[in-house]
Amino acid sequence: MSFLEVNNVTKRYDGHVALSNVSLQVPRKSIFGLLGPNGAGKTSLIRIINQITGPDEGEVFLNKKKLSDTPSTLIGYLPEERGLYKKMKAGEQALYLAMLRGMDKHEAIVELRKWFEKLNLTDWWDNKVEDLSKGMAQKLQFIVTVLHKPKLLILDEPFSGFDPINTKLIKEEILKLSNKGTTVIFSTHNMESVEEICSSIALINKSKVILEGSVKDIKKQFSGNKLRLQFKGNMIAFTNAMWTGCELLSSSAEGDVHTVELKLLGNVTRKNFLDAVLPHIELVSLNEVIPSMNDIFIQAVNQYKEEGENA
Amino acid sequence: MTIAGPILMAILMIIPIWISLKDVDLQLVQVIDETYAFRDEFNNGATIRFDYSDENIVNAKFNFYDTKYTSLLYIPENAYSATGGIRLFHKKQPSQRTLNYINNVINDVIERDRIKLKYMISKEELIALKPKVNVMTINLDETGKEEKTHAILSMILGFGGAILIYFFIFLHGVQVMRGVIEEKVSRIVEVIISSVTPFELMLGKILGIAMVGLLQFILWIIFTAAIVGIAQQFIPDNLKKQINSAQQMEEFMPDAPAEDKSEEKSATMIKKIYQNISLINFPLILFSFLFYFLGGYLLYGAMFAAIGSAVDSEADTQQFMLPVTAPLILAFVLAQTVIANPDGAMAFWLSIIPFTSPIIMMVRIPFGVGVNEMLLSMGILVVSFIAVTWLAGKIYRTGILMHGKKASYKELWKWLFYKV
Repeated sequence: MSFLEVNNVTKRYDGHVALSNVSLQVPRKSIFGLLGPNGAGKTSLIRIINQITGPDEGEVFLNKKKLSDTPSTLIGYLPEERGLYKKMKAGEQALYLAMLRGMDKHEAIVELRKWFEKLNLTDWWDNKVEDLSKGMAQKLQFIVTVLHKPKLLILDEPFSGFDPINTKLIKEEILKLSNKGTTVIFSTHNMESVEEICSSIALINKSKVILEGSVKDIKKQFSGNKLRLQFKGNMIAFTNAMWTGCELLSSSAEGDVHTVELKLLGNVTRKNFLDAVLPHIELVSLNEVIPSMNDIFIQAVNQYKEEGENA
Repeated sequence: MTIAGPILMAILMIIPIWISLKDVDLQLVQVIDETYAFRDEFNNGATIRFDYSDENIVNAKFNFYDTKYTSLLYIPENAYSATGGIRLFHKKQPSQRTLNYINNVINDVIERDRIKLKYMISKEELIALKPKVNVMTINLDETGKEEKTHAILSMILGFGGAILIYFFIFLHGVQVMRGVIEEKVSRIVEVIISSVTPFELMLGKILGIAMVGLLQFILWIIFTAAIVGIAQQFIPDNLKKQINSAQQMEEFMPDAPAEDKSEEKSATMIKKIYQNISLINFPLILFSFLFYFLGGYLLYGAMFAAIGSAVDSEADTQQFMLPVTAPLILAFVLAQTVIANPDGAMAFWLSIIPFTSPIIMMVRIPFGVGVNEMLLSMGILVVSFIAVTWLAGKIYRTGILMHGKKASYKELWKWLFYKV
């Protein structure tokens, strides 16, 4: 069941279409990757979900209610470009923004103390934001985003600018929040982190959703029955034994170990294939080739481009 | 600035007084009067002293640099018939005031003696005949109510108020603009406007800064008054002496024409102004000051907010700043013309146009402005700031989310009609 439902949303700006008939379902409690090249329309969509702007056509439902009927306090939003009021003190500013999101002052202070402790910012409570390092300012901003316990968290490139230690720290916090039931929309170009934490994704390109679903299903869809195997033995004997039902994609050799990548065509199963080649070689390893999200991203965007050109 | 401001203001007020006290060179004039008619006619003041000498002019000139005298006034025997022969020799150019004073005394004495010769009346009789007219200006309103006015005090009050409003609008308008740019550039605006509407944010910023400005202004007045008050404790002797000698001067030279007023005279003027303060309608001036102060600021503040939202950095504000600030500067410049004729047609129209009215009205109000005209001006100002704020809000809500796009006037015009 989806927590956020975007139905046929179109948004036009002067002269160009930012979102064209976009629909997507963000499952409850999922970490949802919102992917797409620069200028695809991600920010426009995020702004609509945040009610910063409204759609020209279409509707958005949050928790089965129209977006306009839901309070903005349900959402926590971390914009891509980080910024805080530089001249304000860290603690004061966090408190102000928390209260702006509807938190009670006392409650906000208690929660802030906890979060400052958790992210090692306690000593910086009374420092001006301009005196904080970039990483610390970003941690502060993360705290401000999640402090009021939003049901939907929208994070735009949350890891950019963090060192590996802080990235890990923030990643863990995001996963913890997700486990507690927060739905997270995660917009990024960093495909590794998508693979690591996202359960579903939508890929937007040129104002349209071109790919949507769970990461598992999408990977399957793009894997195309590819195998990588390593063996010892004669390469010519191997190719001869290979059924016509296989397409050799690449091969290389290191000493007497050969590595080949191939694609099974039609109805050929792995068993058929192995029965045919095993008598002729000494198998070292066999793996299914799973495409990385990076490859999928590039492939999907290029495919879409070609389709566009052919049409 | 809250603390430094009044100190700065106080310094600005005290330094000229202090300098004028320190800077007075005592003028010592040696008078060689061959006619003997001018003995005791020149009065010694705080800054000028006359010594009469019977020395021969040739010797006096020869010895001039060995004496303490700063100048040497020579009135030849035939001065009554050939006034062109009167000379003032000096080491350093004497001030225009000193020259005027000397000229006037000589003219008066010659005039008096000529009249005396022709009509045979004594010096005392002549002085008694001389009228001392100082026309009192009274404002007669439609209801027949009479009110004394004081042009100079009105001018000081009007100009002072206008300058304050001008600076307030400028300083705080730019502060609004900077705030908007900061929020836009740091993108924090996106976080905030997902909680409040852009219009609320814009209005909040404008009103917030207005309150800060108002508070600051009140503190300034209090601090400045306190500092000036304390500072005056340290210069009472000099000032008192000056005021006293000014009074004496006035008594000694009752027939001196207006332009003859020496520097001491200005102290008397200040005294007069203090006496006339009771003639000014202070509650009205204070009320209209606060009204135009806020009204003008709100009008311009909204425009500054719109500019801030349209640009990506302060450097890009130039093209929009000029048209917004031009009427403000124009009003300030024209205020000097308006003060010369506070009831003229130009004064009227500039008081009606909301972009100039806050400054122009401040200049005019101490001189008295009709109730109807004031209500009209205030009404138009209120209506315009509501309209301008509404329009600015439309530019603002689009502008704050636009990045990397260079905004042109055409662009801004389109933003007015964007659907959000």
